[in-house]
Amino acid sequence: MSDLESFRSEARSWLEANCPPSLRGTSGRPAQGEEVWGGRRQTYRNPEAKLWLERMAAKGWTAPTWPKAYGGGGLSRDEAKVLDSEMRRIGAAAPLLSFGLWMLGPVLLEYGNEQQKREHLPKIVRGEIRWCQGYSEPGAGSDLAGLRTRCEDRGDHYLINGQKIWTSYADQADWIFCLVRTDTSKKHEGISFILFDMATPGVEARPIRLISGSSPFCETFFTDVKVPKENLVGRLNGGWEIAKRLLQYERQNISAGGFGSGFGGGLELEDIAKKYVGEVDGRIADGDLRARVAEHRMQARAFALTVRRLADEAKSANGPSPAVSILKYAAARLNQERCELLVEAMGYQGLGWDGDGFSAAEVQAMRDMLRSKGNSIEGGTSEINLNVVAKRVLGLMDHQ
Amino acid sequence: MAVLSEEQVMLQEAAKNWTREVAPVTAFRALRDSANREGFDRALWRQMCEMGWAGILIPESYGGSGLDYLSIGLVLEETGRTLTASPLLSTALVATAALLLAGNDRQKTEWLPKFATGEALGALAVDEGAHHAPQRVELTARQKGAAFVLNGSKSFVVDGATADLLIVAARSSAAPGDENGITLFLVPGTHPGLVRSPLHMADSRAAARLQFRDVEVMSDAVLGTVDKGFGVLDAILDRARAGLAAEMLGHAAQSFEVTLDYLKTRNQFGQLIGSFQALQHRAARMYTELELTRSCIEAALSACDRGSAEVPALCSLAKARAGDLVHLVSNEMVQMHGGIGMTDAHDAGLYLKRARVSEATYGSPAFHRDRYARLMGY
Repeated sequence: MSDLESFRSEARSWLEANCPPSLRGTSGRPAQGEEVWGGRRQTYRNPEAKLWLERMAAKGWTAPTWPKAYGGGGLSRDEAKVLDSEMRRIGAAAPLLSFGLWMLGPVLLEYGNEQQKREHLPKIVRGEIRWCQGYSEPGAGSDLAGLRTRCEDRGDHYLINGQKIWTSYADQADWIFCLVRTDTSKKHEGISFILFDMATPGVEARPIRLISGSSPFCETFFTDVKVPKENLVGRLNGGWEIAKRLLQYERQNISAGGFGSGFGGGLELEDIAKKYVGEVDGRIADGDLRARVAEHRMQARAFALTVRRLADEAKSANGPSPAVSILKYAAARLNQERCELLVEAMGYQGLGWDGDGFSAAEVQAMRDMLRSKGNSIEGGTSEINLNVVAKRVLGLMDHQ
Repeated sequence: MAVLSEEQVMLQEAAKNWTREVAPVTAFRALRDSANREGFDRALWRQMCEMGWAGILIPESYGGSGLDYLSIGLVLEETGRTLTASPLLSTALVATAALLLAGNDRQKTEWLPKFATGEALGALAVDEGAHHAPQRVELTARQKGAAFVLNGSKSFVVDGATADLLIVAARSSAAPGDENGITLFLVPGTHPGLVRSPLHMADSRAAARLQFRDVEVMSDAVLGTVDKGFGVLDAILDRARAGLAAEMLGHAAQSFEVTLDYLKTRNQFGQLIGSFQALQHRAARMYTELELTRSCIEAALSACDRGSAEVPALCSLAKARAGDLVHLVSNEMVQMHGGIGMTDAHDAGLYLKRARVSEATYGSPAFHRDRYARLMGY
């Protein structure tokens, strides 16, 4: 048996013995309302979810490829793929959803110093600290490098003043990774990347209510926030490079399935259409809607095949294809279409906001559709994504 | 691009070099403007056969090289780039697939070695009306002792006028529209009672209308099983769709790259027009569609290689998306080139014309969306 095959059988039997029953048979994400984001405020509606996180974290398998020295699993990429496929085989839910795992950890491994890695990475692996991302500001959205949150050197500490916006779950988070301005005379070269505790005096997070009724984002205010100097990651004024690298991880994560995971009571779009529009000879009765559902489902298939192809190519001798930069744009478009089609298929029943006249799935469809409008804005607008493709991939030039 | 074997990389390189050096778009243009009415250049076809391309899918025991659909797809992608007209798709892929899927030993022994060298050409005759509709076969096959008598017509048979062997879908029982009652026949192109009229298509490629008047063939001309031909026909068509989609991918990639080059060279208002964001975003969208479609086509070809149960769905996916892709890119090629793109002297028109014909061949995007929905149970 090859090493990989023996790892497979080892992973399989460990998962068999350790993955609690209520976390199996999922699409990879826990049931709605039972997601585990970790952190000081985490409570568990399902006690098995806590057990699952503890067991996986003890193996380092919440961060399978991170070095063991920092609490990770120490697996090779191939072993991590095997683990992933074994988890899929039994439909094991992800034990931990975490910006620390997806975004901060990878850049700390690359840019952090030894002390920072030892301090932060193990806590991310175990889900002890929940992180949020302090990037956008009221005046710095698509033009992120225009950010103005000031960070001044006060000898034995830094002093931070300013405002962030669209900070995901800032009201739930324990720590923030934050872009700050350390030099006002330069744009990109005046930005630094810094970490601090959200419990520090002077930090305030206010949830923003969205058109969908939910509040996943906050406005975050910093007033004379004192931050220890050792919390600076990388070089002073060298934060932009780290910021961009982190955005790559963020976009990869969004496009690898971060968007909508198919609500509507577990039914697929075509089943919903059949249910609400009716069937003729086993087909969606409305031919026009049927054609658009098919078109969408084919787009979704093309997207899934592309994610897989690019992952295969990334491991080949030629290295990653530049085509990965289309994924975030394509994923946003796809999810928005799916959400619109769901609402359309449900007809009047898809138009409810609340109350007894509508099922939970119907209300969710409307709210998801509204929420999906953000998919082409957050993490870089679709227009910015297309700029990146045009300039970096296609080599088209700037306007003079 | 899929991760390729060493053999496939060599094949792809050979096809790239040959199309660039021997069969560039200017060769196709010269063919179009010549007196040639066959729709392809026999001298170029001979060279393709000498390189072994006609026998890519044919097992070594029948004189081919026993490679796979992904491999012939690589060659078709390159010939699609330069609009190279040849019987590669109709003979080396479609007719060859028909014999490999349903031919008995005698039929394979008779035809495959001749396909492998390119000395014989094949064509598939399916459609009879204005749209691709394989179930609606009406051309009748009436049993007469040990023989069958064929009567009816076929429209738009790709490479039909030059084919030495026609694979003809005929109705031996049941009514048009029924999947049962279809039988496939192997009919020599010069058979008495068969009248072939070349069609003058907008893309200058070869297609023909066929008339069958009491065409009598013996029962050993049946390919597969009497009345049960639809399953095989569908399987042949799926391979044809994947192969054509590969050609269309090359076509789209080339028209996109030519257009992108133009965006980087054409000046207006003292700017390269490629610096205008209105054009940049359209170019980025085309690139996105190209990459998404490439994945579908490679998946369809490798499904054919594995004989996967997903062949029908993936081939419909590939052909629908390839159709939408060449439609988009060929339109943008003309528009982004402006006036020059409207002239016959520019290649944009050649790509536009080929795009429309290949979109419809073996099923339009609308046909394949409907088929995909049906396959998926809605």
